[in-house]
Amino acid sequence: MPKGILGKKIGMTQIFTEKGLAIPITVIEAGPCVVVQKKTMETDGYQAVQIGFGEKRERLFTKPLKGHYAKNSVRPLRFLRELKVEDLEAYQIGQEIKADIFAQGEMVDIVGKSKGKGFAGGIERHGFSRGPMAHGSKYHRGSGSLGAKGPARVYKGRKMPGHLGAERVTVQNLEVIKVDADRNLLAVKGAIPGPKGGLVIVKPSTKSR
Amino acid sequence: MNLIQSLEQEQLKKDIVSFNPGDTVRIHVKVVEGSRERIQVFEGVVIRRKGGGIGETFTVRRVSYGVGVERTFPLHTPKIERIEVVRRGRVRRARLYYLRGLRGKAARIQDKR
Repeated sequence: MPKGILGKKIGMTQIFTEKGLAIPITVIEAGPCVVVQKKTMETDGYQAVQIGFGEKRERLFTKPLKGHYAKNSVRPLRFLRELKVEDLEAYQIGQEIKADIFAQGEMVDIVGKSKGKGFAGGIERHGFSRGPMAHGSKYHRGSGSLGAKGPARVYKGRKMPGHLGAERVTVQNLEVIKVDADRNLLAVKGAIPGPKGGLVIVKPSTKSR
Repeated sequence: MNLIQSLEQEQLKKDIVSFNPGDTVRIHVKVVEGSRERIQVFEGVVIRRKGGGIGETFTVRRVSYGVGVERTFPLHTPKIERIEVVRRGRVRRARLYYLRGLRGKAARIQDKR
């Protein structure tokens, strides 16, 4: 059954196994999430559950949004995201989703929004190599050739400097190292996208399914 | 205290003796050979302590058969059974990298008064 949870990235640390191996982990404050709405085939044309997570000051909610929460008699939540599900019957509106839907050793995918880097050059954005900085060279960090003379234009998709980061990134196949449902904590092996405090979606890995 | 620190706190070893760069220590390390586990002792001078929290490490240097050997251990690893301070040395800096260039008498460290 597809499942998922919203969370907040707390930060990274490490943990020792019994064998003495140090494993790098990222700690996520996952949930508790609330099922706010069910999207059905009849009314919406697809099946999904809308889940909410996080706190926000009452004043900051717009009236339409307040109405949306009130209609389903759920308290207002900061973030709303949808998860595609096959079996809608397994979820009820108002149901709480906690970190214990995942077990230790399970593989997960994590979706987040990467840190924005602003306008970045080809070296940082695409991993281009740099020219010599000295010995009379004038080719330092520029792009160089954009293609052959033949077509008399630049092909679409040419890698060039531009905006980097602040986009949706998915990291696949991370191992769940620790689950603490009482404190709503999940620890996964390795790094995940985004700044500390950023919203992340934790889903079962597509690769292990 | 933030959440990360409190998570690390749970894992820290509480029974670590205090030692500093310049001290001579004996590190009792658990070594797994096949299915058997035994304790190996590594004795030498602490030349640095680095980092903090659960990620803190220290480096021990010894000269073995004329060859300098340095081992870096995570301070809180379960692989270390015990740390024993043999001698406390008097040094004037935190990183004793200058010992690498010295041999014999010159590489001695004065005892702390």
